[in-house]
Amino acid sequence: MTDLWMWVLLACATAFAIKLSGYLLPRSVLDRPFVPRLAGALTVGLLASLTITNTVASGQRIALDSRLLGLAAGAVCLKFKLPYIVVVLAGAVATAVGRAAGLP
Amino acid sequence: MGLSIAAAVGLYGISFGALGVAAGLSVAQTCALSLLMFTGGSQFAFIGVIAGGGTGAAAYMAATLLGVRNGVYAMQLDAMLRPSTLMKPLMAQLTIDESMATATAQETPDEERRGFWAAGIGVYLLWNLFTLVGALVGNALGNPGRWGLDGAAVAAFLGLLWPRLQGRDPIAVAVASAAATILFIPLVPPGIPIIGAALVSAGVWYLQERRRPA
Repeated sequence: MTDLWMWVLLACATAFAIKLSGYLLPRSVLDRPFVPRLAGALTVGLLASLTITNTVASGQRIALDSRLLGLAAGAVCLKFKLPYIVVVLAGAVATAVGRAAGLP
Repeated sequence: MGLSIAAAVGLYGISFGALGVAAGLSVAQTCALSLLMFTGGSQFAFIGVIAGGGTGAAAYMAATLLGVRNGVYAMQLDAMLRPSTLMKPLMAQLTIDESMATATAQETPDEERRGFWAAGIGVYLLWNLFTLVGALVGNALGNPGRWGLDGAAVAAFLGLLWPRLQGRDPIAVAVASAAATILFIPLVPPGIPIIGAALVSAGVWYLQERRRPA
């Protein structure tokens, strides 16, 4: 638990340092046209990976289970431009219903 | 800024708080992320890695890489608002997607400044209040699987990704990253596939850059 606290606080300090560096570093360091594009690609790649990991990973195994229903329900809500909380709740409900119906 | 943004942030905060506790963080750790890190995407990344059984180090890497875009916002806000040195640390803490978007949507420098502070402070207060509410609710719910909270996390990440999938290039990055993740999951410890996928994303981005007309 103390180990986790250390990583929580370290991640917070680094997040702040990244934000502050944008205000303090000379513009020539960060102000290159490719930097925003690289940051954008990293953001998309990480979010895609986190989505997939949370859908199919079970430790070091791929497990296809009711979380897939949550993914599908979320996608349908996003397609219809429903609010974020509806998307999240639909993910929870679809997954819980799948389990209640006896799916893994 | 308006009621709709406030409501959206509040509900987003409840989701984060509940999922943070479901991931295995304590209420205090979940709230510390909102108070100190204060950048939703990175906070979700951190708890997402922990929820999957990843180490603190892997969670740290994912959150940090996802926070790189805030450095870009900070640079643009510094050029736009020209803050005094004393204000910079405070502005840095409030530099997030929402304050950046609100500031850039304004017409005059004064309005830009007001937009940044109103959105930054408003979101900070609501985000932290509702993180606490969500964490307490999550704590009371108990067993996360029974309520489908793991499925809620999946939908939450998809909801963050969705608006960024505009055009061919980001979709290609997302597909490559997803495929790499599935490939890496059986091969390396939990959490590391996400870091590997970030490297693959940077590689795809590099290929896209080379294709761009100079």
